[in-house]
Amino acid sequence: MAKIIQTIKNLFQSVSPAKIGQSIQETQLYRSIFRVGVPDTDRKRMLVMLGSVFLHLHPVKVRKSGIRMRYTWCMGGITFFLFLVLTFTGLLLMFYYRPTLDYAYVDIIDLREQVPLGIMREIHRWGAHAMVIAVWLHMFRVFMTGSYKPPREFNWNVGVILLVLTLLLSFTGYLLPWDQLAMWAITVGSNMARATPFAGHEGPGAALVRLGDITLVNNASDARFALLGGRFVGEGALLRFYVLHCVGLPLVAGFLMAIHFWRIRRDGGISGPL
Amino acid sequence: MLSVLSAMATAAAVLLPVVIFIVVISIAMVKRGEISMQGEVHEVAATPVAGKAAAAIPRRAFFSWMGVAWTAFTASMVATASATGRFMFPNVLFEPPATFKAGTPDEIQEGQVDERFKQKFGVWLVKDIDIQTGAHGIYALSTVCTHLGCTPDWLPAAQKFKCPCHGSGYYRNGINFEGPTPRPLERYAISLAEDGQILVDKNAKFQYEKGQWADPRSFLKV
Repeated sequence: MAKIIQTIKNLFQSVSPAKIGQSIQETQLYRSIFRVGVPDTDRKRMLVMLGSVFLHLHPVKVRKSGIRMRYTWCMGGITFFLFLVLTFTGLLLMFYYRPTLDYAYVDIIDLREQVPLGIMREIHRWGAHAMVIAVWLHMFRVFMTGSYKPPREFNWNVGVILLVLTLLLSFTGYLLPWDQLAMWAITVGSNMARATPFAGHEGPGAALVRLGDITLVNNASDARFALLGGRFVGEGALLRFYVLHCVGLPLVAGFLMAIHFWRIRRDGGISGPL
Repeated sequence: MLSVLSAMATAAAVLLPVVIFIVVISIAMVKRGEISMQGEVHEVAATPVAGKAAAAIPRRAFFSWMGVAWTAFTASMVATASATGRFMFPNVLFEPPATFKAGTPDEIQEGQVDERFKQKFGVWLVKDIDIQTGAHGIYALSTVCTHLGCTPDWLPAAQKFKCPCHGSGYYRNGINFEGPTPRPLERYAISLAEDGQILVDKNAKFQYEKGQWADPRSFLKV
């Protein structure tokens, strides 16, 4: 009898949460993924940060001031969160949207009227607006706290490029609904490229780029043409903006974001209060 | 045929320097004894064996070989970059041609703004008096607003071009008089083809503020 009780006791002990946790941690599967056990010492905590491809981008230690909302406004984190939201919703929209003259506009309407969860495009749109605002506020915070100063000056520059990429993502996404607003907004916006020095056909120095009597920079060979794939906003522009919006710019932005986050760690974590 | 040839030339321009780079590097390293054809790798600096092999090609010569190799590599990178850039400019455009025939001059009434070619070619033909010479004739106005590039509407009742984007307004002769636009509409080159039709050439444009409307190509006397 005592033996049976002992067996039952053992059985209960072996299924206690602590025991289960321990036995899971001893499996090869767990150890192959996480390497380090429960991070209960400083050394293990550091090894966890170094051993994970995601966490190694993050500072090993964060100052108490670094997680104070009144200091960071969490705007960098919110920007990244919005980028993830936009990537996810954008991916979903790509299942329905076709970037051609015949389909672009009706696909946008269908995304609202015919596809379940018709607010998906609105989430993408409002997320994009919010991301632009969050980027500005993030930069404002970084500027006001002097966090652009050495040793963080390189990271500030990466951030400025990321700001430009954010605006370009907004700009390219603007055309895709292919309505009157999109069409004329991009017509007006892309006309700025006409004035590119040497590379735009109405820009300074464009007349100097010539072979004898033949001007090499004209409205079918300049920077604006490369952007639009045509002499006006048409089919070529829609496709080019789509490719830039869905693949080109997010790829570059993602690459730079990895650098941006990693440099925060290398430059000594989130800056302290002044 | 031409495009095939140019594609082959581009491929050669890109690949040849790369091949040269690899060959030159290999030759130099084999001679220097850093790698051997038998697939063994020698320690260059540490062992006396490598010292003997290194005598086959002097250190300075090795670096000049490297110079050739890197020049070839740089050339291939430049060729790749320019080929990529050229890729963005297609040889054929599926857009309306820049030069087109627009019917005979008597199809347009005196004082009329002809909108037949607005949609496809972006051109208004206007039969009017030239504001500078007072001559009777036809001119071809660009439908691109000189403010930010939208397309204005011709309002017959008000006898003006009005841009819906930001409200710029132009008289029938293209001179701006209201809204944010800084300058008049542009004229395109206009002439009479051999078959008696109007020939509009959008490759040549004439700006009033530069005095180019005095150019006889910007006005067709009838």
